[in-house]
Amino acid sequence: MASLTPVFGTDVALSPGSEAIGPARGTSLTRDAFRRLVRNRLAMLGLIVVVLMCLTAIFADVLAPFAYTKTNFGRLNEPPSTQHWLGTDQLGRDLLSRMIYGARISMIVGLGSQAIVVLIGVPIGALSGFAGGRLDLVLTRLIDVMYAFPRLLFVILLMSMLGAGLMNIFVAIGLTGWVFIARQTRAQMLAIKEKDFVGGARALGAGGWRILGRHLLPNAMTPIVVAVTFGIPEAIFTEAALSFIGVGINPPTPSWGQMVGEGQQYLRTYWHLCVFPSIAIAMTMLAFTFLGDGVRDAFDPRQT
Amino acid sequence: MLSYVAARLLWLVPTLLAMALVTFLVMHATPGSPLDPVAEGANPLSPEAQKNLAAHYGLDRPLPEQFVIFVGNALRGDFGNSFVYKTRSVTEILRGAFPVSLFLGTMAFVVATVGGLALGILAAIHQNRGWDYLSVTLATFGVAVPNFVLAVFLIVLFSIMVPLFPTGGWDSPRTWVLPTVTLALAPLGIVARYTRASMLEVIRADYTLTARAKGLAEGPVIFKHALKNALIPVVTLLGPMFAAIGTGSFFVESIFRVPGMGRFFVESMTGRDYPMIMTVILVYGAFLALMNLVVDLLYGVLDPRIRY
Repeated sequence: MASLTPVFGTDVALSPGSEAIGPARGTSLTRDAFRRLVRNRLAMLGLIVVVLMCLTAIFADVLAPFAYTKTNFGRLNEPPSTQHWLGTDQLGRDLLSRMIYGARISMIVGLGSQAIVVLIGVPIGALSGFAGGRLDLVLTRLIDVMYAFPRLLFVILLMSMLGAGLMNIFVAIGLTGWVFIARQTRAQMLAIKEKDFVGGARALGAGGWRILGRHLLPNAMTPIVVAVTFGIPEAIFTEAALSFIGVGINPPTPSWGQMVGEGQQYLRTYWHLCVFPSIAIAMTMLAFTFLGDGVRDAFDPRQT
Repeated sequence: MLSYVAARLLWLVPTLLAMALVTFLVMHATPGSPLDPVAEGANPLSPEAQKNLAAHYGLDRPLPEQFVIFVGNALRGDFGNSFVYKTRSVTEILRGAFPVSLFLGTMAFVVATVGGLALGILAAIHQNRGWDYLSVTLATFGVAVPNFVLAVFLIVLFSIMVPLFPTGGWDSPRTWVLPTVTLALAPLGIVARYTRASMLEVIRADYTLTARAKGLAEGPVIFKHALKNALIPVVTLLGPMFAAIGTGSFFVESIFRVPGMGRFFVESMTGRDYPMIMTVILVYGAFLALMNLVVDLLYGVLDPRIRY
C-alpha cells in the first residue's frame, strides 16, 4: 500500500500502471530535473554567484575592511585606490564595505520575502482551488482585483504610507506578491484534483485535509518552486527600486538601490558612486535569472 | 463581439472601485496624516489650524463619507485639489503631465515592438548565429537589469564618456533618446525572445513547408505565412508590456528629469496628497485595463478562430 502514496516527484514521472514497472527510484522527476539543472552551465554560473553573494552577506562583518557607518570627511568622493578599492562616497565612507553590507539586505529581502509570499499565497490558492464554491469565488475575485493593481505602484504606496524599513518591505512585498503564487497553486489544485490517484485516495477513505496535504500540495510543488526562483530576483529588484526612490531601507544601513539613488545626483562628476552598486544589482539579478531559467527548464523540459 | 466589449467595460467599474477602496483604506489605515509637518522634526501645526485645515479639505468627516464624496466627485470628473500644490487641481496637474508620460511611453512601446519583432525574426532565421546570440543576450539583460540601473549605465556611457546625448531634460528630440531607450530595452528583449521562439515553431510547421514547396520566395514565406501566425503568442505580451512601461517610466522620468507623471507620483505618496494618490492609481489602473482589452481584441483580428 505504501507505494500507492505519491511522494513528491515520484508519481508524476510514473504512469498510473507504475506498480508493474516497480520502484523507479533512479528516474524520479526531481532527480532528473536536478541532473538537468547541474548540466546547465549558465544556471550553475548563476548558482555560484548566488552562493558567493550569500556568503558575502553572512560574513559581511569579517569581509568588510571598514565599518559601513565610518565617515572620513578628509576623503570625500574619492575614486578607487589601493586603500579604498571602490573609492569613497559623499560622506567619505568606504564604498566596498557598504556594498558588502548591502548584499546582506538584498539577500535577506530576496529570500525572506519569498518565504512570506509562499506562506500567504500557497494556503490561499490551495484553499480556493480545493474547496471550490463560494469561497473560491470570493478568493478569485480578490486575486483578480490584486492583479489589476499595477504591482510596483501598490508596493510604493504601501511603503510610503507605512514608512521605510526592512520590516515594512517584508509586509509590502508579502501583501502584494502572494497573488501570482496563489493563482498558480489554485490552477494546479484544479488540475490535480481530477486525477485518478486522488480519486483512489478518496476511495480508500482519505479525508479532505489528508488529500490536500499528502496528495495535492506535494504534486503542485513544481510551479511553486519555479515561481519562487523568479520571485527572489523580483523581490531584490523591488527593494532596490524602493530604496532608490527613498522609501525602502533607512540610512545609514546601506542597500544597493539606496546607494544608486544617492549617487545619482553626483553621476556627472563622481560616477563610481552609482556604477559599482548598479553592477552589483545587475549581477545579482542576472545570477538569479539564470538560475531561475535553469530550474524552470529542468522541471519542464518541453519548453526548451 | 459588441456585448463582449460592453461586458469587459462594465467589469472595469467594480475593478476600479475596488482599487480605489483598497488605496483609500491603505492611506487611512496607516499612521500619519497630510496635516503633519512636511519637514522632519518640525513643530506641528496648532490644533486650531489643524482643525480648520481638516474641515477645509473634508478630512474631519467620517471615512465612509469621505470615500463616497471622492467617488461621487470623480464620476463628474472632479478629482479635487492637490494637497501639495495647494492652488492647483489634480486634473489640471495631470493634464500637463500625463501627455508627456504617454508620449514617452508610446515612443518606448513603438521602439520595443518594432525592434523586438525585427530582432526576433532575424534571430529565428539565423538560429544559433550572431543575431540569435544578440537577441538572447539583450532579452536576458533586459529582463534582469532594473531600468534605473540601465539608466545609470547609459548615462555614463553615452552622456559622460561619449557625450552624444544630454543627461536629462525634455526640450529637444535629442533629450528623448536615452529615456526612450532605457524604457524600451527590457520589453524589446522580451518581445524578441518570444518572437524568436514562436517563429522557430512556425517556420517548421507544415503550412510553411507548403508555402515553400509551391515556390514562394523567402520574403513572402516569412512575412505573409510565418509571421502572421507567429504573432499570436507575442500579442499576449503586450498587456504586461504596457504595465512595465507604465510603472517603469516613474523611475526613468525621475532620473532623466522628464516632466511626466512620475515626478508627482512619488511626491504625492510621501506628501500624503490623498486626492493625487487616488487619481494617479486610478488613471494607471484604467489605462492598463483598457490596454488589456485592446490586446484581447487584437487576438480576434490575428486569429479568426477566436470569437467573442
